[in-house]
Amino acid sequence: MTETRFEPRIVGFFCNWCSYRAADLAGTARIKYAPNVRVIRLMCSGRVDPTFVLKAFACGADGVMIAGCHPGECHYLNQNHKTMRRHALLRHTLRALGVADERLRLQWASAAEGAQLAQAVDEMVAAVRAAGPLQWPRHLREDAPGLDGLQRAAQARDRAAGAPHGEARA
Amino acid sequence: MTGGNGGDRPRVGVYVCHCGTNIAGTVDVESVARWAGESLPGVAVAREYKYMCSSLGQDLIQQDIEKEGLDRVVVAACSPHLHEKTFRRACAKAGLNPFLMQMANIREHVSWSAEDRALATDKARAEVAAAVRRVEHHRPLEPVKVPVNPATLVVGGGIAGIQAALELADAGYPVYLVEREPSIGGHMAQFDKTFPTLDCAACILTPRMSEVGQHENVTLMAYSEVEEVTGYVGNFHVRVRRKARFVNEATCTGCGVCIEKCPQSVVDEVFEAGLGYRKAIYRPFPQAVPKFPVIDKAACTYFQRGKCKACEIFCGPKSIDFQQQDEVVQIEVGNIILATGYELFDSRRLPQYGYGRLANVFTSLEFERLCNAAGPTNGKIVLRDGVTEPKRIAIVHCVGSRDKNTNEYCSAVCCMSALKFGHLLMEKTGAEVWSFYIDMRPLHKGYEEFYHRLLDEGMRFVRGRVAEVTDAAREAGEEGRLIVQYEDTLIGKQRRLPVDMVFLMGALEPRRDSKQVGLRFGLSCSMDGWFIERHPKLDPVATMTDGVFIAGTCQGPKDIPDSVAQGAAASARVQGMISKGSVLVEPVVASIADERCSGCRICNTLCPFNAISFDAEAAVSRINGVMCKGCGTCVAACPASAISGAHFDDTQVGAEIEGILWDALPERGMAEVTP
Repeated sequence: MTETRFEPRIVGFFCNWCSYRAADLAGTARIKYAPNVRVIRLMCSGRVDPTFVLKAFACGADGVMIAGCHPGECHYLNQNHKTMRRHALLRHTLRALGVADERLRLQWASAAEGAQLAQAVDEMVAAVRAAGPLQWPRHLREDAPGLDGLQRAAQARDRAAGAPHGEARA
Repeated sequence: MTGGNGGDRPRVGVYVCHCGTNIAGTVDVESVARWAGESLPGVAVAREYKYMCSSLGQDLIQQDIEKEGLDRVVVAACSPHLHEKTFRRACAKAGLNPFLMQMANIREHVSWSAEDRALATDKARAEVAAAVRRVEHHRPLEPVKVPVNPATLVVGGGIAGIQAALELADAGYPVYLVEREPSIGGHMAQFDKTFPTLDCAACILTPRMSEVGQHENVTLMAYSEVEEVTGYVGNFHVRVRRKARFVNEATCTGCGVCIEKCPQSVVDEVFEAGLGYRKAIYRPFPQAVPKFPVIDKAACTYFQRGKCKACEIFCGPKSIDFQQQDEVVQIEVGNIILATGYELFDSRRLPQYGYGRLANVFTSLEFERLCNAAGPTNGKIVLRDGVTEPKRIAIVHCVGSRDKNTNEYCSAVCCMSALKFGHLLMEKTGAEVWSFYIDMRPLHKGYEEFYHRLLDEGMRFVRGRVAEVTDAAREAGEEGRLIVQYEDTLIGKQRRLPVDMVFLMGALEPRRDSKQVGLRFGLSCSMDGWFIERHPKLDPVATMTDGVFIAGTCQGPKDIPDSVAQGAAASARVQGMISKGSVLVEPVVASIADERCSGCRICNTLCPFNAISFDAEAAVSRINGVMCKGCGTCVAACPASAISGAHFDDTQVGAEIEGILWDALPERGMAEVTP
């Protein structure tokens, strides 16, 4: 990483059928774009639990891109409409938390739109670079004493409830 | 097969592929592999190799699984869409459950799209760290086996559906053929000749129609519509509404006396494209299959005014039944083939061409009926007045195709149809025929030759889009005629041409209700409205819904040979499923942990495949694993984390997020991020 320029870390949640394939196509077509979006493949953008996005920020992401099929072209009929709803609510919530809009982007890309996806990535990287580092982990650490207390309380509650899986939470 | 957590931390093998120089040219693969072996927790072996997908590369993995006791594998190479199956198989061969392998895409997503070597290598590290961290949480999965009902439902009785139905029936399997109109045959039954061979369409189609109608394995349900589809691959339950014909099919002989005696004639907007008439009780055309007539309630004097019953009076076997009701039939099938066809573009949408306003502007379907010996003019090409023969004719290509204002796509068949029209028009009328095209696209076998034949026969070709067809004469010789205003782009000049008759080559468009039909069968449509195939190149007749196939023009514009080929291809796919007897369903599905489910039912409405139902007695929701397609939307929505999506559960995705941001928390280190 160069010292002169801030290289944002952006987590991409891409659906298996359209947007992940669009990214594949961008590569196959040797379209060059910023390497700052690191892609996690999910079957559908509808799988993007809002807590995934919060977890990514908590783990140090400076931005999150959710990418799915165009409305009407979802491989699961209309699950990307649910993504749209969640995205609207999540954006509202993030605003309340002081997270700038450009740090969360919802992008439609059909499997044929490698160039468009690459362009969207470049745009987002430029916008997040301008916004600067988010640094949630540092803030979390500074608030750690209070958080630890909360976490202990939550764990105690889980133990009392006999949570079967102990599913990971951000 | 081994696998799963034996209590100890899993032993992960990491394999970084050079892909020749495809990856190694941009990513420092040696350093990525070394770093993975030294720094990533859980990694027992890390190697790099020239070509991981080669048999030697696969051997490397297999040997390590056996000798090093690996129980997780990460392959950092190309896209999983290319080689996930390859590496899953390699693991399975060495006795490791194939779902304990994870790929990191460092070619398409990294080396091919990045320029800076240091940044690309950083991104590759992140992708590898994510895969390693994720794979630790993988669980062994087994595909689900489902039996296949040998019966098949074919929807749409055009040439594609007929072909599919016949191939299945001839192979010995039961077929239900459902057709919306009173007769099968589709658009092809309306055509006069077929290009480029000029075979008579009816001569080659009608034998197939009667074969389907008489086949012992085919249950023909014409004048019927599919109302509801439930179930899943191998076991679909289908509800079909058989619309009332008001004719008893059990006793009707198809003699046609009722049609003869019916006093009420109406314009036939469907089969004769508005050029001819039919009776209120009618058969769309003489060779209709099935042969039974149908009463058009809106036109029938008895239904409208309560008097007449001429058909009933003259019917020998007393088959007219004015009391007949729609019948709802339930059928069980293992597979479904959709061949619902296309609709012709409504040329009124382009008022500059004057269709519907200028009498002698015709559509391509009207040409077919004008030219057909059984059509309203007995095959004579005449103007709308019914007597005048045209001296000069214009054919306008791409009406509603290749146009951002209507449809961007090329309708694929119109160039060849226009050539066919040209040949038939010159043969029948001796008129001058002018074709206005953007590009000539005679694509298939014998098509280019046909184009040259028409050039030799003297058909005139002008490259340029027609701007307007008008009856406003401006120059001498234009009075009383249609004037085609066009640009000849080869000489760069605006021109006017007076003609007597204009044919518009309208686009092929998706059925108006294709979206609703798609939803009924679990298919999605492209932005244009065509059904989407599973893969545009390698899986053209399958769809994302297992057990539902598509054939013919419902998938996109195509000509008769291509429609027939798709019908046959879809039937071959279905036969493969039937002869296998059972299908393996990907185990990537969601499941609900009863003890966590509060019965809130939020998930119930989220599933477009109706895989989630509510068990009122236990007060929990349940997922039918065979109907679930594994999108994970319900998993994300469950407020109690009661739903888990196999292979994409919260733990696995959470670990992937931590891994992919391994370098974002330098001072804490990756291991500490775990909650």
